[in-house]
Amino acid sequence: MSIVDRLKTIDRRIIFVAISLAVIIPLLFPIGLPIMVSPPAQGLYDAIEELKPGSKVLLSFDYDPSTMPEVYPMNLGVVRHCFSKNIKLVGMGLWPTGVLLGQEAFELLAEEYGKTYGEDYINLGFKAGGIVVISAMAENIPETFPEDYAGTSIEEFPIMKGVKNFDSFGLAVCFSAGDPGVREWVMIAHSRYGKKVGAGITAVMAPAYYPYLQAGQLVGLLGGMKGAAEYETLLKYKGTGSAGMDAQSIAHSLIIVFIIFGNVIYFIARRKERKKV
Amino acid sequence: MFETIGIWIAALLTLCIFSFLYKDNPFYKFAEHLFIGVSAGYWACYYYHNVLQPNLFVPLFQEGRPIFIIPLVLGIMMLLHLVPKISWISRWPLAFIVGTYAGYYLITYLQTNALEQVTATLVPLVTFSSVVLFVGVTTGLVYFFFSKEHKGTFGGIAKFGIWFLMIAFGASFGYTVMARISLLIGRMTFLLKDWLHIIQ
Repeated sequence: MSIVDRLKTIDRRIIFVAISLAVIIPLLFPIGLPIMVSPPAQGLYDAIEELKPGSKVLLSFDYDPSTMPEVYPMNLGVVRHCFSKNIKLVGMGLWPTGVLLGQEAFELLAEEYGKTYGEDYINLGFKAGGIVVISAMAENIPETFPEDYAGTSIEEFPIMKGVKNFDSFGLAVCFSAGDPGVREWVMIAHSRYGKKVGAGITAVMAPAYYPYLQAGQLVGLLGGMKGAAEYETLLKYKGTGSAGMDAQSIAHSLIIVFIIFGNVIYFIARRKERKKV
Repeated sequence: MFETIGIWIAALLTLCIFSFLYKDNPFYKFAEHLFIGVSAGYWACYYYHNVLQPNLFVPLFQEGRPIFIIPLVLGIMMLLHLVPKISWISRWPLAFIVGTYAGYYLITYLQTNALEQVTATLVPLVTFSSVVLFVGVTTGLVYFFFSKEHKGTFGGIAKFGIWFLMIAFGASFGYTVMARISLLIGRMTFLLKDWLHIIQ
């Protein structure tokens, strides 16, 4: 068997090991490759920067633990940004598992920034129905979410005083890993009620949502772990998004090498076969 | 104490799942079956307590609102799908859901995903990106026009459209790779940081 034939039938487990090493080594020994901030990430950052202290932002946690490495760092970044600017946060979820992750992000950063539940932030919990829930919120939030995630009446919380519908919020940000998610928020909150909407989504979803950004239906977009890392760069801190970018870049480089290598071997083998014929 | 036990269980189950990369084995099968079972149980309980109870049982049986008999009946009809002889009954609530959602979505979807997108495409051709956008959309649409044979100038424009589509598919594939690597990074970070405490 020639070298080309051997390389054509290379054991795929060798590739698995190479990719694993490309991820593990940079995590153990960080290089600190530069992270460039793209306009979509800057857009979301600027939209929050424009808000005055004391204004309210609505956060929709529409993801689950399976997409946590990508979406959770964005969630942390946006909450950190809002807390640092004394912006009040109202969280809710169209996905049941997202509500708990959102609450975890709230609690983690509330301690750091000295924020109080019910005054500076609140979690309204999960409501089934997707787009219907968003429509109902546009009409009347207290009727849609009469209680917070723990079952306490929202009338007891100062943050919910005067909150009637989307008019109470300067911005809505959806952290999404699928449907219902960003599409529904754009359809109802932006297209029907003219509300500013931002998004933090998984990398798989990102190409489908760039047209919304181009059309001005989204003020900003964070796509995948790279989006999270860009937001952390804007906030000038190193979180899990930035920590993973070295591994991400090296793994991508290795995959590019594999693609080129595979194509070269394919063309050499094809030329050999043609010569034989 | 409980957190440590939880981390150890999560770490061992992660390794069980990763073992599939070598070859199929009983450890992988165990983790897979455990995941499916736990997920099914979790979702059944969650939906009962967070969807059925607050949205149906409480309004109907505790608050005595008779209108909620309609969703109860539709729900039971849906469950009849499990009885092969009368499974056809489940088509009625399904038709209700499809009809309601279609009516609800239609106008808003058209507004958001067609009209606003078309408006954003019709921009003055004064910048390079607006020209690329215009050419990409036009040639892409020409490719999907099948009432005329793709030959001559028309065929050339369609071929140009394919290039734009290929670039879009390439970008989409690149993002998918990034997503999968991100998940691997997430698991590796968990193993190295939370379990082994090798990294900070």
